[in-house]
Amino acid sequence: MTTAQLEATRRAPAPQRAVVNDFSIQVATVNGSGSQSANTVLLRALFQMGIPVSGKNLFPSNIAGLPTWYTIRVSREGWVARKKEVDLLVAMNGETARDDLLQLRPGAAVVYDAPLGLEALRADLAFYPVPFDELVAPVTSDARLRKLLRNMVYVGVLAGLLQLEAAEVERALARVFGKKQKALELNLRAVRAGLEHAATIEKHDPFRVERMDATRGKIIIDGNAATALGALFAGVTVVPWYPITPSTSVIESLQGYLEQYRRTPDGQASFAVVQAEDELAAIGMVIGASWAGARAMTATSGPGISLMSEFAGLGYYAEVPAVIVDVQRIGPSTGLPTRTSQGDLLSTAFLSHGDTEQLLLFPGSVEECFTLTGQAFDLAERFQTPVFVLSDLDLGMNSWMSMPFAYPETPLDRGKVLSKADLDRLGGFARYKDVDGDGIGWRTLPGTDHPKAAYFTRGTGHDEQAAYSERSDVFEKNMVRLRRKFEGARAALPQPVVTGTGSRIGLLAHGSSDPALREALAQLRSEAGLEADYLRVRAWPFAASVRDFVAAHDRVYVVEQDRDAQLLALLKLDLEPALSGRLRSIAHCTGLPLDARSITEELLAQEGR
Amino acid sequence: MAAPTTPTTPTTLATPATPAPRTNRLGLAILDYKGGKTTLCAGCGHNAISERILEAYFDLGIPPERVAKFSGIGCSSKTPAYFMSRSHSFNAVHGRMPAVATGALLANRTLHGVGVSGDGDTASIGVGQFINLVRRNVAMVYVVENNGVYGLTKGQFSATADPGSTLKGGEVADLPAIDICALALQLGASFVARSFSGDKKQLSVLLKAAVAHGGTALLDVISPCVTFNDHEGSTKSFAFVKEHDEPLQELSFVPAFAEIDVDYDAGTTQDVTLHDGSHLRLKKLEADYDPSDRVRAMARLMEAARGGEVLTGMLFLDPAAPDLSTRLGLVAAPLSTLPPEQVRPSRAVLDEINASLR
Repeated sequence: MTTAQLEATRRAPAPQRAVVNDFSIQVATVNGSGSQSANTVLLRALFQMGIPVSGKNLFPSNIAGLPTWYTIRVSREGWVARKKEVDLLVAMNGETARDDLLQLRPGAAVVYDAPLGLEALRADLAFYPVPFDELVAPVTSDARLRKLLRNMVYVGVLAGLLQLEAAEVERALARVFGKKQKALELNLRAVRAGLEHAATIEKHDPFRVERMDATRGKIIIDGNAATALGALFAGVTVVPWYPITPSTSVIESLQGYLEQYRRTPDGQASFAVVQAEDELAAIGMVIGASWAGARAMTATSGPGISLMSEFAGLGYYAEVPAVIVDVQRIGPSTGLPTRTSQGDLLSTAFLSHGDTEQLLLFPGSVEECFTLTGQAFDLAERFQTPVFVLSDLDLGMNSWMSMPFAYPETPLDRGKVLSKADLDRLGGFARYKDVDGDGIGWRTLPGTDHPKAAYFTRGTGHDEQAAYSERSDVFEKNMVRLRRKFEGARAALPQPVVTGTGSRIGLLAHGSSDPALREALAQLRSEAGLEADYLRVRAWPFAASVRDFVAAHDRVYVVEQDRDAQLLALLKLDLEPALSGRLRSIAHCTGLPLDARSITEELLAQEGR
Repeated sequence: MAAPTTPTTPTTLATPATPAPRTNRLGLAILDYKGGKTTLCAGCGHNAISERILEAYFDLGIPPERVAKFSGIGCSSKTPAYFMSRSHSFNAVHGRMPAVATGALLANRTLHGVGVSGDGDTASIGVGQFINLVRRNVAMVYVVENNGVYGLTKGQFSATADPGSTLKGGEVADLPAIDICALALQLGASFVARSFSGDKKQLSVLLKAAVAHGGTALLDVISPCVTFNDHEGSTKSFAFVKEHDEPLQELSFVPAFAEIDVDYDAGTTQDVTLHDGSHLRLKKLEADYDPSDRVRAMARLMEAARGGEVLTGMLFLDPAAPDLSTRLGLVAAPLSTLPPEQVRPSRAVLDEINASLR
């Protein structure tokens, strides 16, 4: 350590009252440097100590060499949204260290690579310079490995500073490195080097952890893997896709699960995963497969959604099921491929030209990524139309705690499909005739062995028999029926989740805004004595109760992660003008996961408090 | 060629009644393979192709319910409405039929897929999808009704228009033409043939061979547009194709269910066993042409283009190339109708996964 560093240690503030299990750690590294395993070990060790955690990766659209940050939030209350303030910074990246440091609030702690000399920059932080190179040198002589193992050294340092249980760190290490015994040993030595160094540090920050019992029985998973599991247990069979961040891991996870669980004993596949040439082909294959009766899905993100527009309209108009998962990133155009957003809402709701309306589902947790993706298949086949599952990067690519997923108890709903026996009985059918009054016709699958089974699927104007027609009355009647079908979906789609006790103020949000919203409600209650009700929509078209919620409140704050208040705009379509006027907007388009503090502050400002 | 017919009752002079309609081995009449009334121009080459397609399925005794028709957008893509009404059909969006067909045939690999496209649909807007369909070797018949011109929008060049050829108004094509067959060869196509809508016999045999093939069977059929591209100056007119048609072989087809007749001269005629056990007989008109030689096929096509010939016949054939479903190792039964217990893993599987995430 340099003299300045010793000096910094001496002038550090005296230890405050301990802050236990309630802080955030941000690790600033360079992407491609192997910090992911180190961060996973930290996250898991905390989780295994029974402490609620969440992990968020803020990464560049790059393979290696650019700054990346990983944030772990520790919250005894169980809050899992991004915490706006960083309490403990691990500065491993010289390029961003200065900026990272200047953004910290007074009293925060910094663990940093000693040569960076950060202690000179501020006087109101707890500084812990760590000579990483010196500490890692005895662990291995391999220069490449040393670079990776530096990360495990900070795990050890943090474990010491925060009082993580060493046994849990070792258990987490064993889990991450599995059977790779040599890697496990090396990493363990690196962690111990960090721990030993931490023992020499005089601690002068308040942050530490303590065993709790708040994670028993829980799982940790990212939303994309949860989405994949939803599809697996919905019996998906055809999965065409085109790689795009941040949706890629939906299909990669799914492919892994399918390989493991959906091959016959003799190795045959009951699934087809096809990497398509682009998103147009991906959704085209989904439409073709669903038309032929398969459960088919694809996953994409904004630019892919734009490319899928034409086929999405065909699916809507020719009434072909499809499941499309949109893991949203922030646009327009290429935008920031590795930052989160809810900005595809409006364009997806009306995806394609003409009077097109799509069904949308909004999972708000990893558990709902699992359940709503499963339901999407039932709904697509029930309503014979594309169903879009709007996830986002925050939900999809970050690590979330959840209760274990529950086995789906309802049988697969394959919708209205006529068999040969049905046709024998009926003598024939008209594909687009509304025989049940719900706007949904009956379909047949190609290959049905009956001379009256076939019909001609087309994106051109058609009559009830699916025959080409340019008659205006036929066209209009069909469009009115499609609207009737869409209206019927309001009651069949997942209904909103409402909390509250009848306040005059309401909050309304969707998707991954949920964790921040729930935390903001608690902040409003405890800090401002403001009770607010909260409705989370889970699908579009909106349920009738959404209107009732707005009608029951003087002001409804619509919180969302986009610039243009797209959720608010969609709500307005359903509301009479008097009610529309009750809507207020809290919209953020930073690309960062929503945090509770921002909502609380903006709501109080709009309330004039 | 053995005609797959069931014997009809011999008529006698004493009973000059109407003869029973010709039926195929399923007992179906040709009427059972008919489609709606065509709305294309009188004399359009496409109508002849529709007739040949339905005759092929009739002759091969394939139930129309086992066939799925696909098309994109354009005059050609309307034609599935004009043949085989008892087959499901999907008229997709412009240039994107290959994706829809790929998905449908993955969902149900037991279907006989037939796609009908045009030169604009395949070589212009849809060239990317066409390329990848061929690369994947999706098991289907893919017919391009190639007239070098857009009909529904009234006569613009497509990407297959030969350089130097003209539109009705005199505009000259000045870009290199895409030769769909040459393109397919480069892409590893397993079945590449070219024919002419006016050559009934050759087209019939090639269509049957295409149906019998187990991968993507590309059949590029020059099909003159009588309204916009049948004038002097066009290289896709009836007159031009008739004059410059260079057939590579004299072709005949023996379906799998027919008795093998061995009566051919092995010196001049090649016999190729197709995927479904049928035989394609190729009597060589060019002594050194070998349709299993991809490189030679490419060279011969380029020579033909340079010489202004329209080379027709079986350009290349690899009956053993595995199709997409085979490469993916799919179960034999259609994925679309697998029972729930085969597609939804058990409760124990979810328990196991949950436990692994703890």
